[in-house]
Amino acid sequence: MKPVTTVTGTMVPLDRADVDTDQIIPQQFLKRIERDGYGEFLFYNWAHTDDGIPSSDFIINDPARRGARVLVTGPNFGCGSSREHAPWAIQQWGFEAVITTSAADIFRNNSSYVGLLVVELDQDAVTRLIELAADPTAQVTIDLENQTVTSDGLEEHFDFNPTAKERLVTGLDGIGVTMSHEDVIAAHEHARPSWLPTTVDASS
Amino acid sequence: MTPPRTLFEKVWDDHIVIDSDPTLLYVDLHLVHEVTSPQAFAGLNQSGRTVRRPDLTVATVDHGIPTTGRSLGIRDPLSKRQIDALLQNCKDHDITMFGLDDPRQGIVHVVGPEQGLTQPGLLVVCGDSHTSTHGAFGALAFGIGTTEVEHVLATQTIWQAKPQSMAVEVEGDLPWGVAAKDLILGIIAKIGVSGGTRHVIEYRGRAIHDLTMEQRMTICNMSIEGGARAGMIAPDETTIRYIEGRPFAPKGARWDEAVSAWESLVTDPDAVFDKVAVVDAGSLVPHVSWGVNPAQTVPVTGTVPSPDSYDDPLQRDAAVRALEYMALRPGTPILDIPIDHVFLGSCTNGRIEDLRAAAKVIEGRKVDSRVSAVVVPGSMQVKAQAESEGLDGIFEEAGFSWRDAGCSSCLAMNPDVIPAGERCASTSNRNYEGRQGRGARTHLVSPAMAAAAAIAGHFVDVRDWESS
Repeated sequence: MKPVTTVTGTMVPLDRADVDTDQIIPQQFLKRIERDGYGEFLFYNWAHTDDGIPSSDFIINDPARRGARVLVTGPNFGCGSSREHAPWAIQQWGFEAVITTSAADIFRNNSSYVGLLVVELDQDAVTRLIELAADPTAQVTIDLENQTVTSDGLEEHFDFNPTAKERLVTGLDGIGVTMSHEDVIAAHEHARPSWLPTTVDASS
Repeated sequence: MTPPRTLFEKVWDDHIVIDSDPTLLYVDLHLVHEVTSPQAFAGLNQSGRTVRRPDLTVATVDHGIPTTGRSLGIRDPLSKRQIDALLQNCKDHDITMFGLDDPRQGIVHVVGPEQGLTQPGLLVVCGDSHTSTHGAFGALAFGIGTTEVEHVLATQTIWQAKPQSMAVEVEGDLPWGVAAKDLILGIIAKIGVSGGTRHVIEYRGRAIHDLTMEQRMTICNMSIEGGARAGMIAPDETTIRYIEGRPFAPKGARWDEAVSAWESLVTDPDAVFDKVAVVDAGSLVPHVSWGVNPAQTVPVTGTVPSPDSYDDPLQRDAAVRALEYMALRPGTPILDIPIDHVFLGSCTNGRIEDLRAAAKVIEGRKVDSRVSAVVVPGSMQVKAQAESEGLDGIFEEAGFSWRDAGCSSCLAMNPDVIPAGERCASTSNRNYEGRQGRGARTHLVSPAMAAAAAIAGHFVDVRDWESS
């Protein structure tokens, strides 16, 4: 994972509540076994007509929005399915961060593992950013180290889980870190009660 | 003396490997399916790592498989490649797999409980948000993403920020003719689709205690639709009776040890929850969703609401868009909404009791000529049980199509796609835009309500039928 410290760029406003992961990346694009190739399917059903032609009235299809780095959106973003394809698609479209009133739990976790910065601000700040983002050239800067979001006349502090922050800032491989705790994992494992189930096939 | 703890806190504490924030937790059972695992196995293979505990891991195929004509193989080349990848990964890593030709195949959240793998006090994870289902047994069970799947495969552990605890106190008794599905839809209507975010819900109260295991699974299954990390119900006699004798349940002296350990899995009398919601079960009626999220529901006796009934401008705007997508007008009685499709199945309502409830409604009746009605049992074991009770005959006689097990039209990753513009009464869990197919219009209901809608061609209050 590429380390993330600061994201600076233009914004795309999506002023909606409860945007679920089925909207972010619909089910018909979950059949691939690779981690890449999802960007062009971001918000596919909203971004395309029934004939599969890009809808000119959906904001991410606006040529002026190409190159945007930050998606700004309403509460409960990423609710629903656990599909990690959702943060993959957002990233692969070109976004490096999402600013939202609140993110759903699994989506927030998944994003922290793939290097997509998800920042939660209060509704007033999100509303202000959405207003600013009406201008496709308006810039925003998210500074993860100092936990601040700045844009024209706006400076907001945000809370962030310290471990997720460290993971994003260092870009370290989580499995390698966990495996360095082998002794405590093994100790816990050996102390587990013997009646706990195993999946060893009883019928074979 | 240890301070009083909630059920959730007890199960959490039992799994702590490293007590920090976030906490490293040990995973007792890792369920795997074809859609969210291939990239995880690929990552594992690329880094030369192995599966730490294949004996605590089990896989099945459910999301992308056809429910008819399986002997012909899988025609969708992408689905076939995804399923073949899982078969190969399970073979390479020595993981038990309930494949397409295994009589135990089914939806991962139906298979775990029915095989006796899901037990009280376990920590269960799966790359699927409806993992919350297993909380019905007093397990702590939650959905994870693909990076986390790889982490669990490699280490059998997972880092988690500790959620807060939430009690949903269900007071009174569920009235006659009102299903567990109506109860959970009523709870979500009360707390909202993000009311449980960053929380683990414990469902409590006499109405919960009186539910069967199948009904409890329906409740816990949809915890995620209320935004919760997980849902739990304390194990009791009903739980123990359900598990006893199942293939992977403990046997002999181990059974006695297990049961004695399970008895401590209750919230202590003085434990405090971070958040509490109270729901009066006695006032509930059958629910029907009218919109595009699971909180957008009304009683079957009601009408499609007006966006003006919402104070929050974001919710008002969402209601306007939902009505447009659903092609509904405010004020329309729910009973007047015509139906094109009925889908009976899913990890929410694809269990034997769900099929029995639907069969009872349709017995001796015919599906309306304008309706295409399908039953997809949650597992091949459920299918076999239903056939041994003659339910398949009742469904087919009425005009339902009787299918093989899988997720099917719940998320339409297989050929069971609802066409654009058509309306489906569905026993599944999500009425999101496009969930059952691009442009498809989903109405969430209980199995009995779906069955009645199939017969009538529009929604009916099933309580009127069941009393006749």
